[in-house]
Amino acid sequence: MEINAKGIYYRDLNKMIREAVAGGERSFVLRNINGQRYIGDGIEGKVKMDLYGTPGQDMAAFMKGPEIVVHGNAQDGVGNTMDDGKITITGMAGDIVGYGMRGGRIYIQGDVGYRVGIHMKAYKDKIPAIVIGGKAGDFLGEYMAGGVIILLGMFGEDRNGRPAAGDFLGTGMHGGAIYVRGGVDEHMLGKGLKPEEATPEDMKTIRPYLKEFCQVFGLDLNGILDGSFSKIAPATHRPYGNMYAY
Amino acid sequence: MQSWNYQKDISGCGLSGLINKDGTRVGGEVIVRSIATQHDRGNGLGGGFAAYGIYPDFADHYALHIMCDDRASLAAAESFLKEAVYIAHQERIPIRLNPKITNVPILNRYFVKPRAEMEGTTFDKGLSEDDFMVQVVMKINMDIQGAFVFSSGKNMGAFKGVGYPEDIADFYRLEDYSGYIWTAHNRFPTNTPGWWGGAHPFTILDWSIVHNGEISSYGINKRYLEMFGYHCTLLTDTEVVAYLLDLLIRKHGLAVDVACLALAPPFWKEIDRMDEDRRKLCKAIRMVYGSALLNGPFAILFAYNGGLVGLNDRIKLRPLVAATKGETVYMASEESAIREICPDPERVWAPKAGDPVIAHLNPGIG
Repeated sequence: MEINAKGIYYRDLNKMIREAVAGGERSFVLRNINGQRYIGDGIEGKVKMDLYGTPGQDMAAFMKGPEIVVHGNAQDGVGNTMDDGKITITGMAGDIVGYGMRGGRIYIQGDVGYRVGIHMKAYKDKIPAIVIGGKAGDFLGEYMAGGVIILLGMFGEDRNGRPAAGDFLGTGMHGGAIYVRGGVDEHMLGKGLKPEEATPEDMKTIRPYLKEFCQVFGLDLNGILDGSFSKIAPATHRPYGNMYAY
Repeated sequence: MQSWNYQKDISGCGLSGLINKDGTRVGGEVIVRSIATQHDRGNGLGGGFAAYGIYPDFADHYALHIMCDDRASLAAAESFLKEAVYIAHQERIPIRLNPKITNVPILNRYFVKPRAEMEGTTFDKGLSEDDFMVQVVMKINMDIQGAFVFSSGKNMGAFKGVGYPEDIADFYRLEDYSGYIWTAHNRFPTNTPGWWGGAHPFTILDWSIVHNGEISSYGINKRYLEMFGYHCTLLTDTEVVAYLLDLLIRKHGLAVDVACLALAPPFWKEIDRMDEDRRKLCKAIRMVYGSALLNGPFAILFAYNGGLVGLNDRIKLRPLVAATKGETVYMASEESAIREICPDPERVWAPKAGDPVIAHLNPGIG
């Protein structure tokens, strides 16, 4: 199904999509998207959506299974509490990508905003992952409880050589792992965290994500692996257990 | 059991602004399309615009936009004005009736110059023209019941009220104005009333500000400003920013980027890591202007006759996106608001928290 979304109010657009999905439609091409909120929210199952333009806030929130490709930039709140599926963004994305995400994968070729991966969580085999080709704002992986964030710092806008990760990286983190290509200065980390060099075992963990990242964007995997990765993970699963009880 | 049909209002004020650095003027319909893209960021309790370059026929006069509750407040404001300033021209602000815009105050504008002979009487002695006009605005807003000056700069104007911005724009006939800088605001009031004076932008002289967020430091900022003769009367936290800009930049002579450093200074832990010159500067600014620091979440756009500036709080608690194309710089809460009026920008980016995006008019323009 192809929709020219120009000038269509978000409620009407999402209603059209929902009704089509309920009727068995599995493939969507949405053109001239600009600012419509909540696209793909709560949609379940094997649905594929190609979005051309700039989708609005909270795209793919609570999404359970579909694959969304954004040919362009996304705004804030992509994949909020997403359960399963795959999101590919060829440009950049805004703040709080993957907020409370609990499954699925998000691949962003360019830069991302602040608080990406905040409150991500994992349970058994449900391990959410975010791969960021560019650089990230502050508070990446804030309060992270599970899952994987990989920050490459390679394919975004070069901004006066600023580091891939912003300040306060992993603040309040108590699960999961953040991998940063090219390393990260310790003073940028949240309290109590220490960067470590990724082990061969770690590299085995992140390789499938990097491979898929390269597949979707047509990039060279060796060019990415040809660099050192730092891993940031909490020392225990309750690092703040004594914070309010002492 | 009570049954509820509760629908959460999806909230967060919306901002949009543009500047043509070469001074090219565009009609108000452009910024209206941009802010209307962010319709759902507001809730109909406030919309407003600031426009620069719109009064070329009276470019040397201060353009006072005044809202009055009733004939009595209007009469009081006018009798004060006749005493304080020379009025070159006065008129109703042209409006178009719009069923969505109600409880409309009396809206007049006056193109004026200070009466120098009034100095040392109602006004302090030895004032510059700008200082004189600040006192005029403060006296009306504080002392004349039901009358508020909501715009007081030269060759610029603020247009605001209760309603969605696209309806406010229709009401004020903004398509009849053309300016080289436009800012727009879509309000979702949280802590303070949604009334005509409380809509954004807030202005003093040619400074105008639109804001998404909360100024948690309002009390400190307000008391600090009172020491310099600025009085907050409009019941919205954002008002302090307009006066802080006037104080820091016009009165104290700070460069725009240094003033931004006072409003959103780096954390001490960052300052500790700076080279010595920068550390000295930041320390001095934090010590001298501690009471001008804006605490709380904010994305703001402020404008003046020479430029447009976007600024975030230091930990980026509100969205802000910037873009450029040719001689035009765009800033907005959401990228879609920019793409609506500029589908193919050359560069789009999310500014770093606390780092201002400053776009001046080109040298020799304006």
